[in-house]
Amino acid sequence: MTNWTPIGSINDIPRRGARCVMTPQGKIAVFRTMEDRVFAIDDHCPHKGGPLSQGIVHGAAVTCPLHNWVISLETGKALGADEGSVRTIDIKLEGDRILARLEPLAVAAE
Amino acid sequence: MSNSKKQKLVVIGNGMAPGRALEHLLEQAPDAYEITIFNAEPRVNYDRIMLSPVLSGEKEFEEIVIHGDGWYIKHGIMLYKGHKVVQIDRAAKTVTSDAGTTESYDKLLIATGSVPFILPVPGNNLPGVLTYRDLDDVNAMLLAAQSRNRAIVIGGGLLGLEAAAGLKSRGMDVTVLHIMPSLMERQLDPAAGYLLEQAVEQRGIKVRTKASTKEIVGAGKVEGVLLADGTLLPADLVVMAAGIRPNASLAKEAGLDVNRGILTDTGMRTSDPDIFSVGECAEVGGQCYGLVAPLYEMARVAAAQLSGDASAAFVHSETPTKLKVTGINLFSVGDLAEGEDRQEIVLRDASAGVYKRLVLKENRIIGTVLYGETSDGAWFHDLTKKKTDISEMRETLIFGQSYQGGSPLDPMAAVAALPDDAEICGCNGVCKSRITDAITGKALTSLDDVRAHTKASASCGSCTGLVEQLLALTLGDSYNPAAVTPMCSCTDLGHDDVRRLIKAKKLKTIPAVMQELEWKTSCGCAKCRPALNYYLVADWPDEYADDYQSRFINERVHANIQKDGTYSVVPRMWGGMTSSKELRAIADVVDKFEIPAVKVTGGQRIDMLGIKKEDLPAVWADLGKAGFVSGQAYAKGLRTVKTCVGTDWCRFGTQDSTGLGIRIEKFMWGSWTPAKVKMAVSGCPRNCAEATCKDVGIVCVDSGYEIHFAGAAGLDIKGTEVLGLVKTEDEALEHVVALTQMYREQARYLERIYKWAKRVGIEEIRRQIMNDADKRKAFFERFVFSQKFAQVDPWSERVSGVDKHEFQPMATVGYQHAAE
Repeated sequence: MTNWTPIGSINDIPRRGARCVMTPQGKIAVFRTMEDRVFAIDDHCPHKGGPLSQGIVHGAAVTCPLHNWVISLETGKALGADEGSVRTIDIKLEGDRILARLEPLAVAAE
Repeated sequence: MSNSKKQKLVVIGNGMAPGRALEHLLEQAPDAYEITIFNAEPRVNYDRIMLSPVLSGEKEFEEIVIHGDGWYIKHGIMLYKGHKVVQIDRAAKTVTSDAGTTESYDKLLIATGSVPFILPVPGNNLPGVLTYRDLDDVNAMLLAAQSRNRAIVIGGGLLGLEAAAGLKSRGMDVTVLHIMPSLMERQLDPAAGYLLEQAVEQRGIKVRTKASTKEIVGAGKVEGVLLADGTLLPADLVVMAAGIRPNASLAKEAGLDVNRGILTDTGMRTSDPDIFSVGECAEVGGQCYGLVAPLYEMARVAAAQLSGDASAAFVHSETPTKLKVTGINLFSVGDLAEGEDRQEIVLRDASAGVYKRLVLKENRIIGTVLYGETSDGAWFHDLTKKKTDISEMRETLIFGQSYQGGSPLDPMAAVAALPDDAEICGCNGVCKSRITDAITGKALTSLDDVRAHTKASASCGSCTGLVEQLLALTLGDSYNPAAVTPMCSCTDLGHDDVRRLIKAKKLKTIPAVMQELEWKTSCGCAKCRPALNYYLVADWPDEYADDYQSRFINERVHANIQKDGTYSVVPRMWGGMTSSKELRAIADVVDKFEIPAVKVTGGQRIDMLGIKKEDLPAVWADLGKAGFVSGQAYAKGLRTVKTCVGTDWCRFGTQDSTGLGIRIEKFMWGSWTPAKVKMAVSGCPRNCAEATCKDVGIVCVDSGYEIHFAGAAGLDIKGTEVLGLVKTEDEALEHVVALTQMYREQARYLERIYKWAKRVGIEEIRRQIMNDADKRKAFFERFVFSQKFAQVDPWSERVSGVDKHEFQPMATVGYQHAAE
């Protein structure tokens, strides 16, 4: 596929943690779970825009630091009684390298 | 007698024992008898054990009816309500009631029950003196309770305490008089009696032990009770609950053999072979009984005999005692006396209000008292009944079944591990397999179903939890028992259980906790992980490696997240003191990083708001150069120690409040606590530092330092409680630190001091911190030890490069130059 952009190494992200990647479409949050699965979603809670990258990661979900919405990393949808969703970004791993499928105008800078 | 002609069975009394006997009889020999019942009470058969919940308002009378009118009609039973039998003519084989009705019998069942013991003192028949025996008594008490006046209950046994609790919940001012030195002395040892007394008093019921009633005084109605020591206690209602006597007078007049009760053989047959007796009026094997389980056993035997089974025989068994007062858990059974040939195992957890004692003889349990935590009662009782040799598990026996033989610690597992013949419901003698068989065999799905089919938990209800667990075990996920509030949906365990098990099983990592305590999720959730992280930090300060990924973002980046995703930064200003140098450094940082807002906080320091996350390490670096460290304004930990200027400046100051505040803050900063801790030191009772609404406060007075705690000024407003007065600054520090450590070790995560104190009891905290010097010193030492690992300034750590990844984006893509 085209536009697979390298955004870093899995080792840059702590397990059950997240790092941010700045793109022209906004900040995305890249998560690494306990089992080394990697997900990327917009760093913007559907509730009040909280930075999801700062939340506590559990299973394949993150709890927003502002008001405790729980967002599925797999679907971007709010879990439980809350309703809303954020954009998910396709990710693939090549060895330790993480690649994200970004919009065409996003050209890798480094 | 031919089969076509039924024999006539007359029953005198319509309480629980004859009711149960008739149920058995109708099951075993439905067509054998034509049945007539005389009931002195003008109503149907009801569950007398449940009168206490009716008195307290937890139940309605309709809910405790055992046999409604329909039952009598269905079985063709003639029930004379409100007929008191006044004569038995054994020669003519007839009985006659006070209303003049005479019935003849082939077989007679006497179940006249018991009468309350009325103290033989002057005034015992005044209006306003009641007993506690039947629904009429309850209704009379409810009427009296409407006055909201003073009630005195004479008798601190089961019945008296239940009556007292009921009257209290109906709004009366209640005092219990008990002639012995401790409550329920027949079932409890003095230690458990003491705990019970405290619990009863915590409910606002006054207790006077060693109180001997001399006279009930009043002109025309009750006005008070005069004690033997001369004390006069005013009262508008007196309830006599000093015991019961078997009601054997009718049988005695009829010429039957009577001792204390109506004498029967083990087949429940009296000295007249056509007359049986069951219930509290009967005396079998030299004993009269008052608890429902043996009375039901009598009923079973009498019914079997009446239906032709001559082998049925009553067997004595010990019956556990339980008290039906909401929130008080006690369990007692067997022989509790001390003796040379006996040993005992005792477990006390003063802070949790738990007392457990097992009396052993020749490696077997012969007596059990459990107070506060009674879930292992059935298991201990089972070991007693089976005479199990306990030497193998002696070391851990007292901790209960779930600690034996490496079996899992899930409370459900304890029930699962009970043998099939273990007794679950003591009142009705229902064992485990009868319940589980009924659930599977009859496709039962609810507690009510189980009660209807097996009677388990249908009498006093204290085994309801066990029955629910059996339902859950048998039905799996389709049944959801109401248990303790779990920490979160990842576990069934509550916070207290988790804390206890972390210590007991020496669990030292989050994965270990989740594995050993059988977490239902792979890596927890945002509720349990921060709690577990705190518990492990608090319990194993030297060994546990803090898991930052289990901390809320504020504690992970040492600043407070704001609604727009920026952060606020609060440096420590010890005791609220600052200087031109510090203020200048803050001004410079604000300018350099274009910090949009600066505010003075309620805790006497300065907050810089709107800082971008990426700037945090540089902000801290500049603040650090001026000598600032983190104010931990983001932490579940020590926040501020607010002070007034004390003797340094103030003309009213009695002590150096500023100095003490700074000393406490420097001693305690960096410590993690279950929830935030805010302190203050005021230099005089004018209390300018507002110490009396803090988690911990000190008010200096001429004679020393008054230590306060458990205040609140947030979601709740609450003035502090006084812990006590100490003379020196050193003592003040030691007490404050010990108190904080006790809180650190015992509270649930996110539970502020005032909530914890309410749960544990102010008195208990005072006892451990003020009165028990050894305990206080031990708390103090443990705090000092943990501080060795806690007092590291997180800001300077980050400035030197720790967790650098937290503060920088991983990558910036799609721009010609990295924009941010």
